[in-house]
Amino acid sequence: MLTADQKKELEATIQQFVGKPIGPAATSRDAVNEAMILQWCDAMGDTNPVYQDRAVAEKSVHGGIVAPPMMLDAWTMQGWDMHKGYDEPTNEEQRLHKILTDAGYTGVLGTNTEQEFDRYLRIGDEVTAETIIEGISEEKATGAGIGYFITTKTTFSDAAGAQVGWMNFRVLKFIPKEAPQAASDSGGGAAEAYVPARIKPPMGHDNAWWWNEVAAGRITVQRCKGCQQLRHPPRPMCPGCRSMEWDSIEISGRGTLHTFTVIHYPQFPGYEFPICAALVDLEEGVRMVSDVMDCKPEDLKIGMKLKAYIHEDDDGFKLPLFRPSE
Amino acid sequence: MTNGLGNRAAIVGIGATEFSKASGRSELRLAVEATRAAIDDAGLTPREIDGMVTFTMDSNEEIAVARGLGIPRLTHFSRVHYGGGAACGTVVQAAMAVATGVCEAVVCYRAFNERSGRRFGAGRQGPGADAACAQPTDWNAPFGFVTPAAWVAMFARRYMHETGATSEDFGRVAIADRRHAASNPAAWFFERPITLEEHQRSRWIVEPLHLLDCCQESDGAVALVVTSAERARDLPHPPALLKAAAQGSWLDQEMMTSYYREEIGGLPEMGLVGDQLWQMSGLTPADIQTAVIYDHFTPFVLTQLEELGFCPRGEARHFIADGNIEIGGALPINTHGGQLGEAYIHGMNGIAEAVRQVRGAAVNQIDGVEHVLVTAGTGVPTSGLIVGQA
Repeated sequence: MLTADQKKELEATIQQFVGKPIGPAATSRDAVNEAMILQWCDAMGDTNPVYQDRAVAEKSVHGGIVAPPMMLDAWTMQGWDMHKGYDEPTNEEQRLHKILTDAGYTGVLGTNTEQEFDRYLRIGDEVTAETIIEGISEEKATGAGIGYFITTKTTFSDAAGAQVGWMNFRVLKFIPKEAPQAASDSGGGAAEAYVPARIKPPMGHDNAWWWNEVAAGRITVQRCKGCQQLRHPPRPMCPGCRSMEWDSIEISGRGTLHTFTVIHYPQFPGYEFPICAALVDLEEGVRMVSDVMDCKPEDLKIGMKLKAYIHEDDDGFKLPLFRPSE
Repeated sequence: MTNGLGNRAAIVGIGATEFSKASGRSELRLAVEATRAAIDDAGLTPREIDGMVTFTMDSNEEIAVARGLGIPRLTHFSRVHYGGGAACGTVVQAAMAVATGVCEAVVCYRAFNERSGRRFGAGRQGPGADAACAQPTDWNAPFGFVTPAAWVAMFARRYMHETGATSEDFGRVAIADRRHAASNPAAWFFERPITLEEHQRSRWIVEPLHLLDCCQESDGAVALVVTSAERARDLPHPPALLKAAAQGSWLDQEMMTSYYREEIGGLPEMGLVGDQLWQMSGLTPADIQTAVIYDHFTPFVLTQLEELGFCPRGEARHFIADGNIEIGGALPINTHGGQLGEAYIHGMNGIAEAVRQVRGAAVNQIDGVEHVLVTAGTGVPTSGLIVGQA
């Protein structure tokens, strides 16, 4: 672990790389050619004929074979020799990585890339790449460990010097957390894949009955036997008349949307995102938290009519969800 | 209603660690660093501290902090529930202890590695784990509705529907906070102000909240020393006298999810705190020169301004327009940068800022400060203070 002063010094050092080119512009070893395109399409499973069938390509809007746009950065990749540079840096990006590696940030993880294309590359095009270190984040705590996100921006141009596209590439350089124990091997075979499931509600004297009703196919609301007042979520005493005697009624399932939120982050395991979480006014006069399914987030409107149904997960857990009813 | 707590106690010492994303040390160490700094600042020695109050959520036992500081005797130790709602509540309990003679001097503290350790906003830490913020009778977790941001977003959407407030109105809170943080060297976002365009462009976390509506997560600690008004007169700093101190919880209160009240566009528990603060202090909103309004998520800042009577209900968006809550406006709030800009120390750093404003020692000092109002966590049972010149 670095001291606060050491960390300050490290950050000052690495921030000096921001805005710098990693080295001189690099031109592709081979001009754009059919052989590399075919290999790339094979590897990616891309069967688009304008990349590989001359006859079709000639009749297309392109008038001949073009390279898949996503292949952009393949043309100027350095090849296998590149790996050596991470021990003995040959460019500024590798020098930056080495400084972090030596400070304990030994892990590296490609996190995301962004590309934009100005035009299709054609057979014979020569591609030149210029890469700068665009940014280094503040220190971030991630699931993989504490580290810095490093973003490089590469601009690609043709022999005439015109831009053909650009790419941002971001890596996380991090201090690896201790590796988790490997999943136990079940009898010599492959370890069973773990499928994360929905978070289960805590169940006790006061609320387990409600989930048991749902499991039996009924969505209910607690009712006071003293004053007939409905209450939800369940609790032991009626706040109106203090009676502890209660039963329940099955609801119609009809309701309107009181308010909602569309949950994008964090995307924790066990759920599909985004989640349309909702607060529903049931026609019986109580509210219920749930999710609205089968509805695009942009179509959610306060006041819209909803209908409840019981959903069953793969692991058998049941819960009430809603969907638009008109 | 009369309440004997007004003008009986004062905050006489403040202390803090640096605010970071990875402190690199234990929460207990953060706690003892901050408490020692606060006791030094008060001009006292650990032997003169005889009470301790912290949050139920704090991982540091009072006795562990006392062992660390070599405090020989404690005659009062207690904790306050409900997350950030406890912040001013710790001072309420300390003030009651010194006002009744149970204690001479009480230290209130909050210390955590909320960014590098357990994160409240994680939703779920690791596959198969329970909700990170689960309540004992959690009703919401199965629906994937498990983060504080999402719970607040549900209220915020309704508030927008009822008042006509927009995401840009929420954004103006973040802009004020970040502007103030930009000139506060202790703030994480020192020299990093934001614009409304940046706020609007920041990604959705839970609609209608953008990333920049959500406060940061921090590692750090803050501690405060509270003693009687009489004792405070003999100590080195001008005391921040507690003009009023109050806690509040309201009908059908839940922890962040009070969705079953007839109206959910307000924060009645904060209204209750506000009523007590005005009653106890005899002051009105016009007597407040600057305020620290709890800002874990921007929408509740608008609601609080309404509940506290700084503006009529539903009109906070007009009140905060044109930089009114920024330095130079009618009611500058969160002059340290708030939790969005300085650090998320569960509201305790905001109390320290109120003390600095009363002392005239804040980095973004407001002229002629007589009274500062501070609030604690929102959407939960909460608390508030008015501190002022002795």
